[in-house]
Amino acid sequence: MAVPESRVIREYENIREIRGPLVIVEGISDAAYDEIVEVELPNGEKRRGRVLETARGYAVVQVFEGTTGITAVGTKVRFLARTLEVKVSDEMLGRIFNGLGDPIDGGPPITSGVWRDINGDPLNPATRAYPEDFIQTGVSAIDGMNTMVRGQKLPIFSGAGLPHNKLAVQIARQATVRSGEEFAVVFAAIGVMHDDALFFKKFFEETGAIKRAALFINLADEPASVRLITPRIALTLAEHLAFDLGMHVLVILTDMTNYAEALREISAAREEVPGRQGYPGYMYSDLASIYERAGRAHGRRGSITQMPILTMPNDDITHPIPDLTGYITEGQIVLSRELHNRGIYPPINVLMSLSRLMKEGIGPGKTREDHANVSDQLYAAYSRAVELRSLAAIVGEESLSDVDRKYLRFAEAFEQRFIRQGFYENRSIEETLDIAWEVLSILPETELYRIKDEFIRKYHPKYRKKASEEKS
Amino acid sequence: MPVKGRIIRVAGPLVVAEGMQGVQMYEMVEVGEERLVGEVNRIVGDKAYIQVYETTTGLKPGEPVYGTGSPLSVELGPGIIGKIYDGIQRPLDAIKEKTQSVFISRGVKVPALDRGKRWHFKPAGLRVGDKVSGGDVLGEVPETQLVTHRVLVPPGVHGVLRWIASEGEYTIEDPVAEVETADGKKIEIKMYHKWPVRKPRPIVEKFEPVEPLITGLRVIDTMFPMAKGGTGAIPGPFGSGKTVTLQSLAKWSSAKIVIYIGCGERGNEMTEVLESFPKLKDPWTGRPMMERTVLIANTSNMPVAAREASIYTGITIAEYYRDMGYDTLLVADSTSRWAEALREIAGRLEEMPAEEGYPSYLASRLAEFYSRAGRVRVPGRPERTGSVTVVGAVSPPGGDFTEPVTANTKRFIRVFWALDAKLAYSRHYPAINWLLSYSAYVDTVAKWWHENISPKWREYRDIAYELLLREDELKDIVRLVGTEGLSEKDKLILEVARIIREGFLQQNAFDAVDAFATPQKQWKQLETIIEFYHAALDAIQYGVTVKEIREKLADKIRAFILARYNVPNDRLEELDKIKQELLKGLEGLVKRRSAALAPAA
Repeated sequence: MAVPESRVIREYENIREIRGPLVIVEGISDAAYDEIVEVELPNGEKRRGRVLETARGYAVVQVFEGTTGITAVGTKVRFLARTLEVKVSDEMLGRIFNGLGDPIDGGPPITSGVWRDINGDPLNPATRAYPEDFIQTGVSAIDGMNTMVRGQKLPIFSGAGLPHNKLAVQIARQATVRSGEEFAVVFAAIGVMHDDALFFKKFFEETGAIKRAALFINLADEPASVRLITPRIALTLAEHLAFDLGMHVLVILTDMTNYAEALREISAAREEVPGRQGYPGYMYSDLASIYERAGRAHGRRGSITQMPILTMPNDDITHPIPDLTGYITEGQIVLSRELHNRGIYPPINVLMSLSRLMKEGIGPGKTREDHANVSDQLYAAYSRAVELRSLAAIVGEESLSDVDRKYLRFAEAFEQRFIRQGFYENRSIEETLDIAWEVLSILPETELYRIKDEFIRKYHPKYRKKASEEKS
Repeated sequence: MPVKGRIIRVAGPLVVAEGMQGVQMYEMVEVGEERLVGEVNRIVGDKAYIQVYETTTGLKPGEPVYGTGSPLSVELGPGIIGKIYDGIQRPLDAIKEKTQSVFISRGVKVPALDRGKRWHFKPAGLRVGDKVSGGDVLGEVPETQLVTHRVLVPPGVHGVLRWIASEGEYTIEDPVAEVETADGKKIEIKMYHKWPVRKPRPIVEKFEPVEPLITGLRVIDTMFPMAKGGTGAIPGPFGSGKTVTLQSLAKWSSAKIVIYIGCGERGNEMTEVLESFPKLKDPWTGRPMMERTVLIANTSNMPVAAREASIYTGITIAEYYRDMGYDTLLVADSTSRWAEALREIAGRLEEMPAEEGYPSYLASRLAEFYSRAGRVRVPGRPERTGSVTVVGAVSPPGGDFTEPVTANTKRFIRVFWALDAKLAYSRHYPAINWLLSYSAYVDTVAKWWHENISPKWREYRDIAYELLLREDELKDIVRLVGTEGLSEKDKLILEVARIIREGFLQQNAFDAVDAFATPQKQWKQLETIIEFYHAALDAIQYGVTVKEIREKLADKIRAFILARYNVPNDRLEELDKIKQELLKGLEGLVKRRSAALAPAA
């Protein structure tokens, strides 16, 4: 994150207090709220920060790279008369940056581009265009039952040790729209471990996907306050690519749990009144200021599709981080430890997953006419089957009725054939729906009460077989 | 003269200014060189604490603050219907036109009502020399095809009508009448006036809500009905279908005017309403829905202080149309986000927090808000009643209904539609949990159902409800011993309860036929289920087993369940046929059983 030149810079040396990531500077009366600050340590090292609170006579500054080594005497604080801005351009595709937007791939600095406030402005609801273009991810559990559309924000709720990174990478590789347009990928790694960062770097470089991607990497051992900046820089670039240059952008943010932890850390340092579990009361609004930077707009060609990833602490979906996220995003893909332990990849718990924008993205002309009915039926049948499974565990399978036993067989097939697929297996939506019909045909036809008769006659394997026999 | 002070501190949406002697509590002020909109919410000496309705990035100590002399107000007049406003009534489409940007930049000033548009005003028959007072109808303006806007004498104005405009085209800035007060002052009346949002508009008296607000949703109208002028809450964890249920209410309810507030929610949801409502036809009139809808969009990423104001802006508009004698419905999604805005601002003011960081006045603010609902006689002539029905979504963290916002809201509402994540996971929509929900209006609206639909409504509704309660108890037993241990009667209850759930309670909001069921259709469906239940009880007496009923009548039961989709509201005779088929099927089973028994006898 370079700083634009030629400003009225004010320099102060009176530091009243240093606390956590915060420095309170005395003597200044004209700091602007959110103004960017440069802190020069006695040894000449320079760090950056921003104004969190300004008043007559003092300013509270949050230092991104941490306050280690800052002294109350001898440290200079310069107020740069600019809010947090970053220079963005399509030159950034194919490059790797640190969490503050400085190149770390040994390449040249970014020369062209426009300066943008990293906080962005809210998209005017009156200019938004409703997302409705089906994205084929090639993953059946997503395309078939939790369909993603262009301009949606659909997070992955995972747990420690589950293969969310693998799934994210598979989606980034396979995602296409039916018109064949490719996505530009903006990838922000927030507080990740070195091995995760390597995994992503390797994937993007080895598959050649890096050509249409920009990576921002903030590592777990870097200061917490940078984590609040990284996703915002990534989204500022995404907005430029989408709304100025007309590109379709897929933004992957991982891991938002690290982001929320950083938010709590800084809030605590400011001694703010905490909300649930010590997270600040404004965490909902703060997360929304990130997640809501997705969508489409009338009169602009591009779009931003967001896939944030978060690990649920102790797999608890009611924890404030997944909870507040779920209230903002348009659905969620939930990973299941149970399926993972049974060796099923991708371990997507379809019953807890949801895509709110699915209904607009599917159907005739987009996917297939039977899609909505089939998806509803799969949900209803699988949820019934899961209930029966726990019943069978108590009373034994023998005491179930014939129909109920068919439900158990259906559940098994559903998990093994429909949900399970390979890391390199890229299924078309037709393949996905055909597999769905195959597993549904285990059930008696009278149980398929969510599917219209005309679709049963057209797509049910029984009638299809008949039709093809008649033809021959 | 309005005051002018200087900023001394900025922390997020909170600004403190000094030199503000004479400023009023809740006065609207303009903050900084860019004149951002703000509101005073604490005064200490000459210092005013101001919540700013736009982002404060770049604001500095030393910048000016201008008073306006009046509290935060909305403009009330023709041109509101069909609009989309932000939380402080700035028209978002006009902002789009003005800035030519897809984003909302701050400091943009656009009037709430179009000053240039001409409206056709027709006097209502008051004569020069008549005594008039607040609420009297001066004339009418066709605002949309659906809404006739009544131009009222503004509240608080009394006197003698000295002049009234003749029928013709006027802008809202043109005077349409002149009233001379008792002390000889002449007041010019235009088609619009301003009203402070935090102050309820006057009423004459409140009545008991007795008429149902029909929503077309079976689980609501039949099981947990809402009444015109009533209050309700929809709490539910994320993914439980809150927004879809609220949108269904906004789409299909029998209110004349719907005010939909997106309070700290998703931007795309407002877009969905904006894009779909003009295309949807109101089932009551056949006109596009947007002609009766007002949207207030203060999405989650828009400034938090304006979010706090948005519900007051909304309810003031609802009261204004109520004053014309209309039934209005206000839907607020979500009051939890409003409460969070309250908490955030209280935190910045360093107020003493109560439960979970919320300010101690959370409950009283909620009470004030829901108290603005009601079916009332409004002031003015001709005499008329109107209503404001308020439905608030609640977003309890982690689905925990004991948290402060849900718990306090429950004290002030009469209908509670509890959404349930488990039901949503199995795609049972609307995911309204019948064990946790309640409506205090079942008794009051029963009279309407008995007079207009069927005298057996209450009886059958209660039977259906009891079957559902009984199913829940039986499920516990089944979990221990399996279904085999149950009596045939109990097995029948499980089967009928399943039919109630799948064929009655569930409703697909996205299916053209199923989305809206008239009271008549709801009744026929309910009647079919209960009569089938009674007939099946008889059949069991004759030795017919529930297994037989399930298997032999599977097609007919499926046909009834699918009647949701297959029988439109205007072809209800088909439901009679389905009912006859079911009853005949049962008879057939009884006959076969008797025949099988006969030779042995």
